[in-house]
Amino acid sequence: MSDNLIQEQIKQDYAYGFITDVESVRAPKGLNKEVIQFISKQKKEPQWLLEWRLKAFERLQSMTEPNWQKPQYPKIDYQALYYYSAPKGFKEGPKSLDEIDPEIKKTYEKLGIPLNEQKRLAGVAVDAVFDSVSVATTFKKKLEDIGIIFCSISEAVQKHPDLVKKYLGSVIPLTDHYFATLNSAVFTDGSFVYIPEGVRCPMELSTYFRINASNTGQFERTLIIADKGSYVSYLEGCTAPMRDENQLHAANVELVALDDAEIKYSTVQNWYPGDKEGKGGIYNFVTKRGICKGKNSKISWTQVETGSAITWKYPSCILQGDNSSGEFYSIAITNNYQKADTGTKMIHLGKNTKSRIISKGISAGHADNTYRGLVSIHSKASNAKNYTQCDSLLVGNLCGAHTVPYIDNKNSTSTTEHEATTSKISEEQLFYCKQRGLNQEEAVSLIVNGFCKEVLQQLPMEFAVEAQKLVSISLEGSVG
Amino acid sequence: MLSIEKLNVSVGDKKILEDFNLKIGKGEVHAIMGPNGSGKSTLSYVLAGKDGYEVDGKIMFKNENIIELPADERAQKGIFLAFQYPIEIPGVFMNNFLKTSLNAVKKAKGQKEVDVVEFLSLVKQHAKKLGIKDEQLGRALNVGFSGGEKKRNEVLQMSLLEPDLAILDETDSGLDIDALKVVADGVNALRSPNRSFLIITHYQRLLDYIKPDYVHVMVNGTIVKTGCSKLAQELDKIGYKEFQKAI
Ligand SMILES: Nc1ncnc2c1ncn2[C@@H]1O[C@H](COP(=O)(O)OP(=O)(O)O)[C@@H](O)[C@H]1O
Ligand SMILES: [Mg+2]
Repeated sequence: MSDNLIQEQIKQDYAYGFITDVESVRAPKGLNKEVIQFISKQKKEPQWLLEWRLKAFERLQSMTEPNWQKPQYPKIDYQALYYYSAPKGFKEGPKSLDEIDPEIKKTYEKLGIPLNEQKRLAGVAVDAVFDSVSVATTFKKKLEDIGIIFCSISEAVQKHPDLVKKYLGSVIPLTDHYFATLNSAVFTDGSFVYIPEGVRCPMELSTYFRINASNTGQFERTLIIADKGSYVSYLEGCTAPMRDENQLHAANVELVALDDAEIKYSTVQNWYPGDKEGKGGIYNFVTKRGICKGKNSKISWTQVETGSAITWKYPSCILQGDNSSGEFYSIAITNNYQKADTGTKMIHLGKNTKSRIISKGISAGHADNTYRGLVSIHSKASNAKNYTQCDSLLVGNLCGAHTVPYIDNKNSTSTTEHEATTSKISEEQLFYCKQRGLNQEEAVSLIVNGFCKEVLQQLPMEFAVEAQKLVSISLEGSVG
Repeated sequence: MLSIEKLNVSVGDKKILEDFNLKIGKGEVHAIMGPNGSGKSTLSYVLAGKDGYEVDGKIMFKNENIIELPADERAQKGIFLAFQYPIEIPGVFMNNFLKTSLNAVKKAKGQKEVDVVEFLSLVKQHAKKLGIKDEQLGRALNVGFSGGEKKRNEVLQMSLLEPDLAILDETDSGLDIDALKVVADGVNALRSPNRSFLIITHYQRLLDYIKPDYVHVMVNGTIVKTGCSKLAQELDKIGYKEFQKAI
């Protein structure tokens, strides 16, 4: 009998579409000063942070949502959303694993998150964000011993206020753009990582985000600081339950790499994409930005985006330090009525800065997939180099793929290189595979995984397999 | 093993095979020769289950009419086609493809699937015999392969999958004499009382190395003459003109 996992998974619909039945503590509906004060109070935040939030809220009043993106969506009623939702009993912050609500534990088990003791041995430290509150942080002790701070951002505000104050909003300023500013006003939780000078983080750090309560926007805030000569690899995985209404997800992620430091940030995003007719699903409007502040520093973004109704994000690198480098490896898969408008911005400020962009867009069904990228080389960035490669793969005849590269080079010693291809899975290729005994789904999965290989290879080993499975699952039923 | 009865194949208005009949017994090697455009490749595609043809008639394979079966199931039942023009699949490494394919077939047959270690030793052993370098196994399937490399790769896949019926569509075209010998050795090594071959070729050359039990001449979508291996030599001298005239 077949115990082939992929096959099993292909047959199911969205496997993570369950809703956990726990009572939650919510802020009153709507977006106003009182709600922000409520959030801040719930989290026992210092005055400066409340003021910071209110400043963002103030600013938001004079801002409008951007509208230059390709995917259109119905107007979001910000007053109809809840901005804070915490499972009851977790107001006091993380507790030990044993005290976690069994319902929540079950949820994590279904997600396959390695929370229990045996799985910890697999070498993954997990900071799990359940709706807005960090539920459990594992491995903390081990990391603390070498000076690494890995905790929820709420906890960091309490225990490491100087670091938070110094870096929060230093990469994505309060005034950045509508969704980022909204996040600054109402962010609830997220991860905080600090790697001290010269330390190489000995394990993958990982956060699973999960949207559970309905009508809840999720606004996490993640801040990662890699001090001089340090290294960290961080992985974020996302799933969300199935609901008919659309849910907004507007996170901010800030990365800071000082001299000779390296941050590798990987995302496997599998939010609920909506049903086959395009009903429901997550709006994934996320701002991710890293700054290579110091010389020889490096930031690498890898993303596998298979979920969400609309994915709209541009993980970016500001290459300020001389000899610093930025990388962006992306797989964006859209099926049925999903839409993605994603890419990156590489801002070259320092000398000899390098950037590399590899984007693989896969479109199936009626989906629409846009790569949008900016490579900006400032006048002082001599000898900067960029290489961009954008490949699109079409599955079927009803989907679309678009490539929109913006290049702005103000330094004559610097070079940019752009390559783009669009291809289709041909009937001939499928027949060849079938003649060798593979069924339709296996054939598509093999070809698509081959197409994405360069990006999959960038993922940490233990997640590459999972991502490959996800690639296969998300294209289920796309051909034939 | 295989019995084709009154097979009619067309695409739109174009009739490609007409009342085609052929019987291949267990362990037999049949050669089909014929001019370009006579429908040899179409025959091989239809036997393998390619979509896009209007097909009528019977294809009995191991006592089962497989005419409605999809290509993957036919492959799993033991039909193998060495393509005239093997397709390129970028990004899919040969090793990975071969292993996936082998395990798909093994699984369908209820046999134990091979793990990476077993697979590598098996594939290297076969590759060596066919003069395929290990390096080639780490490349994307057929991408940038020379004509000869592609054909050897087809024979390699045949050796691994151990089909009951192997159809070779002009596997000899474009091969130099050394490569031709290697391919022929590969085929001969697989000959067994339980395995049948249908060898489609344009030239008699290959049949100097693979002795067929029967030779068929195919013109305009049907078999016009059947003989023993001597027929191939005759054809080489007189060409197909005689037969084309006869129709
Ligand atoms: N898909 C198709 N649509 C229309 N005509 C086709 C198609 N496939 C093959 N043919 C035609 O059928 C005839 C036989 O082709 P083919 O089987 O490739 O012959 P051979 O392999 O003997 O050279 C040719 O005239 C060819 O043009
Ligand atoms: Mg042909």
